Amino acid sequence: MNEVLLYTILTLCVLGVLAAVILYFVARKFRVEEDPRIDEVEKMLPGANCGGCGFAGCRAMADALVKNDDISSLFCPVGGGSTMKAAAAYLGKAAAEKEPQVATVRCGGTCEKRPRTNEYDGAKSCAVASSLYAGETGCAFGCVGFGDCEAACAFDALRIDPATGLPVVDPDKCTACGACVKACPKHIIELRKKWPKNRAVYVSCVSKDKGAVVMKACKAGCIGCGKCAKVCAFGAITVENNLAYIDPQKCKLCRKCVNECPTGAIRLVGMEPLPKEPKAPATPAAPKAAPAVEASAAKPETPKAAAE
Amino acid sequence: MGNNHKLIIAPSPHVQSDRSTACIMRDVVIALLPALVVSAVVFGANVLFITALSVCACVVSEYLIQRFIVRGATTVGNWSAVVTGVLLAFNLPATIPWWIVLIGAFVAIGIAKMTFGGLGKNPFNPALVGRVFLLIAYPVQMTSFPAVEGFDALSGATPLAAVKQGTVSASALDIQDLMLGNMPGSLGEVAALALLAGFVYLLWRKVITWHVPVTILATMALFAAVAAVCSGMTGAALWQFPLFHVLAGGALLGSIFMATDYSTSPMTVKGGIIFAIGIGAITMCIRLWGAYPEGMSFAILIMNSVVPLLNKYVKPKRFGVK
Amino acid sequence: MKTFPIGGVHPSENKLSCSKPVEVLPLPEVVHIPLAQHIGAPAVAKVAKGDRVVTGQLIAEAGSFMSANIHSPISGTVTAVDLVANGQGLRQPMITIQREGDEWAEGIDRSTALVKECTLSSQEIIAKIKGAGIVGMGGATFPTHVKLSVPPGKRAEVLIINGVECEPYLTSDHRTMLERGEELVIGVTVLMKALAVEKAVIGIENNKPDAIAHLKKIVANYPGIEVQPLMVKYPQGGEKQLIAAITGRQVPPPPALPIDVGAVVCNASTTVAVYEAVQKNKPLIERVVTVTGKGIKEPKNLLTRMGTPISALLEAAGGLPENAGKVINGGPMMGRAMSNLDSPVTKGCSGITVMSGRDAVRRPAAQCIKCAKCVSACPMGLEPYYLSKMTQKKDWEAIEARMITSCIECGSCQATCPAYLPLLDWIRLGKQTVMGIIRARAAAAAPKK
Repeated sequence: MNEVLLYTILTLCVLGVLAAVILYFVARKFRVEEDPRIDEVEKMLPGANCGGCGFAGCRAMADALVKNDDISSLFCPVGGGSTMKAAAAYLGKAAAEKEPQVATVRCGGTCEKRPRTNEYDGAKSCAVASSLYAGETGCAFGCVGFGDCEAACAFDALRIDPATGLPVVDPDKCTACGACVKACPKHIIELRKKWPKNRAVYVSCVSKDKGAVVMKACKAGCIGCGKCAKVCAFGAITVENNLAYIDPQKCKLCRKCVNECPTGAIRLVGMEPLPKEPKAPATPAAPKAAPAVEASAAKPETPKAAAE
Repeated sequence: MGNNHKLIIAPSPHVQSDRSTACIMRDVVIALLPALVVSAVVFGANVLFITALSVCACVVSEYLIQRFIVRGATTVGNWSAVVTGVLLAFNLPATIPWWIVLIGAFVAIGIAKMTFGGLGKNPFNPALVGRVFLLIAYPVQMTSFPAVEGFDALSGATPLAAVKQGTVSASALDIQDLMLGNMPGSLGEVAALALLAGFVYLLWRKVITWHVPVTILATMALFAAVAAVCSGMTGAALWQFPLFHVLAGGALLGSIFMATDYSTSPMTVKGGIIFAIGIGAITMCIRLWGAYPEGMSFAILIMNSVVPLLNKYVKPKRFGVK
Repeated sequence: MKTFPIGGVHPSENKLSCSKPVEVLPLPEVVHIPLAQHIGAPAVAKVAKGDRVVTGQLIAEAGSFMSANIHSPISGTVTAVDLVANGQGLRQPMITIQREGDEWAEGIDRSTALVKECTLSSQEIIAKIKGAGIVGMGGATFPTHVKLSVPPGKRAEVLIINGVECEPYLTSDHRTMLERGEELVIGVTVLMKALAVEKAVIGIENNKPDAIAHLKKIVANYPGIEVQPLMVKYPQGGEKQLIAAITGRQVPPPPALPIDVGAVVCNASTTVAVYEAVQKNKPLIERVVTVTGKGIKEPKNLLTRMGTPISALLEAAGGLPENAGKVINGGPMMGRAMSNLDSPVTKGCSGITVMSGRDAVRRPAAQCIKCAKCVSACPMGLEPYYLSKMTQKKDWEAIEARMITSCIECGSCQATCPAYLPLLDWIRLGKQTVMGIIRARAAAAAPKK
């Protein structure tokens, strides 16, 4: 009995030692020499592996940062400027400067404003539905509402609101990685400049249909009337293909256009509308309550000052 | 055109099969009924109790796990737990204590099926995992078979065990007894004719194709024939020995009902044939040279583990590709 | 009995209107003519708002070689050339014509007299077919003149006429073969001349014994043409399946074409249109449309002018039933569900199928049980369960390697799935994506040379 025990233990020990020796030599032989800085840079990156930088993951990005001499074209949208600065400082290179951005959903066609005209019964995917037909409503441009963006978001920053049927972005969680922009088959999501306190003014519609068609399909659509473009003092608004667009680089958040819009397609977030007219456009409440409270306390001039 | 109601839109095709998963599983249960009836006649009413207990235990475990652990929609409606329950019972001796049945059912559903995500995701046949677990955990209870009237030659040993021990020769066994189930064994494996009736029903209902079962049995017969020749058998024994191996033990039950289990068999015909040859060969190896008299369960479980590989590398015949 | 070699399914045939002779639908008051009702480049409008047009007049010209002419189906005034919603609610450029009287363009022979003799050369025939704007009328709408222009280095050996009509419910080809058999066969001789082939086979499934017998009697007088009865199995009417069923040759995977195995396939109704175009100078302005469905009061085969609103056809068949759920442009296997019933009949519209009540709604999807029924049903020998799963995981390389581009979108996999999974919904998306990737790759490789 004791002998059996002894032999068993001995055999196992010998096998173990043998395996360790083999592993050691194999590891030595097949070792891949890698720049140790890649590991260091990878640690600085957020580690979300979201692909927002255009690489397969954070390690691939770190590899590119270490190997390229000019890294000004590389940018980690999740980590933002601070991460890039830290990595660039470590590598002794010049980092790219990019202002913070946030995903913005440019569709205001809620269930209420854009009634359903048919019922979709296929696979619950925006990509499948939109390659089949115009969608459940009369608008062929707006949100399909099956949540491909929500599924693509690695940061839990996007959610389809069951009440409106539209995606809602949590600007605090959004890292502007752009995954939702790519996932949306209707191209309604745009990365726009992120203002302090999540303020925003944008045209919440992407319909290129003529005004009459838009009005029939949706009560919140842009009809391309051009009133907003006329009132804009900064030349930030252009109207093309029956659709207004506010250039985030030129817009100063003066909010004049908001009061002009006859359908309420221009959305205002995080600020009170200008007090000029009592007939305030139907601005849906800001998704986050906190900024709205702060904004009401702020004077109308503050956003302008914040722009500087 | 004033259509007040909303039209429904979906991509094509706009027709669906009228045979749902539940419908297919029900067909399998129907195909198992003849064997159950024969078994009840041979071993007595206790068979019905064991089967009912096993089915209930399987259905209840699946319901509870789905409801309280997975927290998903109830899946017992697809009848797959019923099939597992019947198959598990068919793999047990008629004298098995009731509590062992419960343990087997729980292992089959809880461990072999639900931990992998339920129907369609389990890599191993749940009923067989249950059986093999019991065989290892309760070897005595699992191998004590009740003697069958008019079959005292074997006195409680299965034909396979008896042949293995050398107490009888394969050619001494009556083919008619094997066909009609007049021999000791697990509940469902004894009546070859009843199992074949189930096979015909499944083929008619297009639930399974003939490829896997026929290939398994053919491989076994061929293997047994070669073994017979090599061991110097002559005369009638040369065909009796292969026939005995095809009819005795779990060969028919396993090849018709267990190896054809959808989730755990390959997706292509070609893959299925490789899978079936493997099962036949391993079964015969265990029967002839292994420690156990029967090897069907082990053979199927071993080949189950090869299925993902077969699905990956064996591709169907593509149209237009030489 | 001949049939194709791999896969296939047997959906319920439901040919409700197979014994209903073709009726002529009264002329519509307004028609919308889409500029893109064929595969390829859209046609270019040749008329403007306010123009007077007559029946059979060219109103839009082929935009490129891979395109087709479009003619006015009625006489009247063009009221708009603008975006109009199609059956899927997508706004497309269409020509709108308000009807005034029934005036025809000159040179069109509207008599029913048969014209058997054809003295034109191959080039002249193809030019006439191109001029008449003929496209495949079975639903694929591939321009016929492109099909007949055999590329250099390739040779057509056999002409196959597709009289299979394997889609459940639809009977427009069946009725056309029965009622216009002689014209069809003359059309076949014209096409044989255009292709310079000696042999033509008309493939008809065995569920249309009357059409088989009728055409067999006619082709007895025409050398080189034979009628081939085929086993009933979907999708026998698929081009590749039909070629395999009749000749035994399998068209290799894309980008190979039927001509690579020496075959040219033409739909039966298209062949009658070819007869009318070449022998009678009549452009493609009308077609037979089956209006059918279990809830439809009077299933019918209607000879309809292009551009007629779908709603007018439904009205003629007794109106949309109360419990109608889905209105399909085409048959239930490959047809497209419509959200807009004011959309027009186009060249590829062989039927309107109305699904009512429970038939219209998909049953809830369960989990895949790996039954492999989709694998054995796939007529292209693909693995639908895998392609669908990997599309959802966005693994484009994996599905390209498993030949997703070979998928003909016949729907056999989904129609046979016991778990009611939306297999083809995903596979179609995967196929589109992979085709895009392949095109992008080709575009990236092109400038290098």
